[in-house]
Amino acid sequence: MSSVALDVESKDVHSHDDHEHHGNFWTNYVFSFDHKVIAKQYLISGIFWAIIGGGLSLLFRIQLGFPEANLEWLRPLLGDWITESGKMDTTFYLAAVTMHGTIMVFFVLTAGLSGTFSNFLIPLQIGARDMASGFMNMLSYWLFFLASVIMFASLFASTGPASGGWVIYPPLSALPQAVSGSGIGMTLWLVSMVFFIASSLLGSINYISTVINLRTAGMSFAKMPLTIWSFFITAIIGTLSFPVLFAAALLLVFDRSFGTSFYLSDIYIQGELLEHSGGSPILFQHLFWFLGHPEVYIVLLPALGLTSEVISTNSRKPIFGYRAMIGSMLGIAFLSFIVWAHHMFVSGMNPFLGTIFMFLTLIIAVPSAVKAFNYITTLFRGNIIFTPAMLFSIGLVSLFISGGVTGIILGNSALDIQLHDTYFVVAHFHLVMGSAAFFGMMAGVYHWYPKMFGRMMNSAMGYVHFWLTFIGAYMVFFPMHYIGIAGFPRRYYSFTNFDAFSTFTDLNTFISIAAILTVTAQFIFVFNFFWSMFRGRLAPLNPWNATTLEWTTPRKPGHGNWPGALPVVYRWPYDYSKPDADKDGFTDFIPQNVPLSKTEHSNTPEEKVLAQLDEKFDQLGEEREKNPFI
Amino acid sequence: MTTALLFATGAILIIAVLALVYRIITLVGIAKGDQKKTKVTTSNKINAALFPIVLIVGSGLIMWSFNDAKQFFLPEAASIHGKETDHLFWITMGIVFTAFALTHLLLFTFPFLFQFSEKRKADFNPHNDTLEIAWTAVPAIVMAVLVIFGWRAWADITAPATEDAIQVELMGKQFAWEIRYPGKDLKLGRYDVANIDNTNSMGVDYDDVNAQDDFTAREIYLPVGREIELKIRAIDVIHSVFLPHFRVKMDAVPGMPTRFKFTPTITTAEMRQKTNNPKFNYELACTEVCGYGHFGMRKLVKVVTQKEYDEWLMKQKPWLEKNPDYLSQWEAKKAKTASVAKSH
Ligand code: HEM
Ligand SMILES: [Cu+2]
Ligand SMILES: [Cu+2]
Repeated sequence: MSSVALDVESKDVHSHDDHEHHGNFWTNYVFSFDHKVIAKQYLISGIFWAIIGGGLSLLFRIQLGFPEANLEWLRPLLGDWITESGKMDTTFYLAAVTMHGTIMVFFVLTAGLSGTFSNFLIPLQIGARDMASGFMNMLSYWLFFLASVIMFASLFASTGPASGGWVIYPPLSALPQAVSGSGIGMTLWLVSMVFFIASSLLGSINYISTVINLRTAGMSFAKMPLTIWSFFITAIIGTLSFPVLFAAALLLVFDRSFGTSFYLSDIYIQGELLEHSGGSPILFQHLFWFLGHPEVYIVLLPALGLTSEVISTNSRKPIFGYRAMIGSMLGIAFLSFIVWAHHMFVSGMNPFLGTIFMFLTLIIAVPSAVKAFNYITTLFRGNIIFTPAMLFSIGLVSLFISGGVTGIILGNSALDIQLHDTYFVVAHFHLVMGSAAFFGMMAGVYHWYPKMFGRMMNSAMGYVHFWLTFIGAYMVFFPMHYIGIAGFPRRYYSFTNFDAFSTFTDLNTFISIAAILTVTAQFIFVFNFFWSMFRGRLAPLNPWNATTLEWTTPRKPGHGNWPGALPVVYRWPYDYSKPDADKDGFTDFIPQNVPLSKTEHSNTPEEKVLAQLDEKFDQLGEEREKNPFI
Repeated sequence: MTTALLFATGAILIIAVLALVYRIITLVGIAKGDQKKTKVTTSNKINAALFPIVLIVGSGLIMWSFNDAKQFFLPEAASIHGKETDHLFWITMGIVFTAFALTHLLLFTFPFLFQFSEKRKADFNPHNDTLEIAWTAVPAIVMAVLVIFGWRAWADITAPATEDAIQVELMGKQFAWEIRYPGKDLKLGRYDVANIDNTNSMGVDYDDVNAQDDFTAREIYLPVGREIELKIRAIDVIHSVFLPHFRVKMDAVPGMPTRFKFTPTITTAEMRQKTNNPKFNYELACTEVCGYGHFGMRKLVKVVTQKEYDEWLMKQKPWLEKNPDYLSQWEAKKAKTASVAKSH
């Protein structure tokens, strides 16, 4: 801990304000230790990756929607990946699907989402000057950057990027003779992911230690905003599961390059018998999904956390069931480690395991349902203001439900026999994970943009962006249920080889057009985002009338976040529309840093008792100014 | 090229419309003195109203699209367990769709009902233990019931096959399936990837007496009403056996043989009548991505009456009979490996 302490103490916390910048360009904007700068670096990288990932999806949607079309016009972009007859190369199709999945899951929704908001909000909402270790934080981003560069480079490999699906099951991913993407492309994929995992671990450890150690006076765990709870729990899941992916990847590297046989056995390929023997491809799947399932919650929980905050603030109501929300997140986090094999019901693993995992999987639906109910009840009898962030949050709840309910079907091993690896699964996870997490991210950007850049985003563009994206997401992913029920397998370049799958051509065209429109609509956001940075209206200090600590900082918080002493926290973050608050001189919200002793009229009976502790917190606050580690 | 042009014009049009809308909104905003005395602008009302509108239009679209899509769903399940799982699927779908519909009814009307008004104040209602216990308990009970039904179906499906089940071997490789039947002794002979050569593409071990009468086939022939046990394997990467009409799926894994048992209940001929499609055929597809030819790994499945099946069986010749030269080649190969082993 001592080095951590040094990091924080070495910061000259009182003398900074908005316009003062010490250090040079490199230390302020590039290798910055400041959590806010790092958050923005993650966000902008995330946006970059989202554009790449979205673009790839359009490429394969064009193929699926217009299988007959001549794609000669894509040659300038794809070169020889367009065959002489003007068709998309079938291997390229797989590569595009694989890279789309990898980029979206890891680079956009893990790094772009957690990296941005955990970094930005943890110190600001718990009342800390910065992360526990600014250096590790900086390192975390730059390892991610390195991972990004390598992954991006792999797109240009002559034999193509990895193409065995984002789950990279061996032997396909282990044998370059099986698919050309398993050559240098796969090597780069693995190297990139190693750096990615290292980055993610550095980030997570930092988030965990910051939340545990650097909460300001009075900020007990029971007063923490749900955002922080979600980042905290996500970081714990990440620390426990990413190392397993690392192990899985490492063994794959050995199999690929050093002749070991962890995953390989009895293989005869391209007229040649391989020496590998005794390995098990199923082992890889267990290891992969031991990360893979928690990963989907790593992606989703931060989005849910952001949404909790946004929905409560804009309903002008406390979040319903604060404790149940925390409880269900803890439950989900725990259960997420013991359901992984629901991705493997028909992999050939022992059917008895299937029974166990079906049982555990369906349990996880319960805390998920509780969360959905709590969001809806929070809206009930609220006084709702529709900011773009609020719209995206309501959209998230909708997508979370519509994608989540099909999980109940898929989690039933007997039903999963038919549905596994069909478009039904694609519909499920794009709604519940892809779209929901994306909506959470958008909610977060719209809501905290004023704190990030000191200016407001244009809300009219935000509204248009929301409605197009919301309707678009449903237009794209809802019909996939039908296609899945009809049995269409995923990762198919075209369906014309099969009588059974030769239907739904119109629907596939429809989906592709919807996808193109939806992706296009995202440029409204991109424009709004960059334009508002310079031309947006100057942000008021607390534009959404929110209670949490970040809104007590200056318009553009400098290094150390608060120019004066750190705020002291006296109450939970959801005192919205508290009865009799007006008698205490407040409107419909009471910020967390308002002492209970100043709100005699609106205090609940328990708070009346707690109000006597206010002084203790003040004292603690003063002492913590001297030593942040008590 | 035309498609490209179409898209380009489409995209430009949309952007133009959006730009226009945006321009109008800002102009109106400026005209009204945008930054406001009240907490919200009229856009709040519009957004609030859009939710119930989307709810109504959305429900209509879901109903219409479902009805329209239904005709392309797979025909009724052609296996015993498939009937059961289909039934369970639609019941579960009914339950979750109800949950989806009810929650969305609330989720999309609350924004309208409780949109901002100067006159109202939001409730301060942080929790309600009874309600929370109720909505934890209800899903828990529903899940428990679903698990029990799912578990029973799953246990039946994965139980060992009966003694007289017909064994059929399916072997996946890039990018084709190979099919082997046990022959008269009803026993599939051993195999080993090390035996694979240009002729013996399945690596069958012809030292095994059970292998002597095994035969290969180009289509999967199955008698109706008999239990079938698929013996599934792969020799290069993972593939997956998918028989959509029978609700059968099982991965084909190199180095780890798998199995799946099922009983076809409808012959191809009957299904042609049922579907009113004289060209109907059952198909086998691959559902685990296995390389560039993944989407083409198809085999035909013919379900016939027992009588037709017996007739077909009669016509099949053991593989060794069809490849009369192979046995000498096999012996030579064996002798060579044996001498190599000795000299070490
Ligand atoms: C209600 C609780 C949920 C249940 C019971 C559930 C169940 C399942 C099951 C059984 C599968 C495997 C289907 C198959 O491959 O055949 C699956 C796939 C998937 N689920 Fe869920 N799920 C739930 C919630 C979620 C959530 C919240 C997320 C993400 C945030 C998510 C993301 C995914 C993803 C990404 C896949 C597919 C991965 C792949 O094969 O590429 N699920 N889900
Ligand atoms: Cu999962
Ligand atoms: Cu395949």
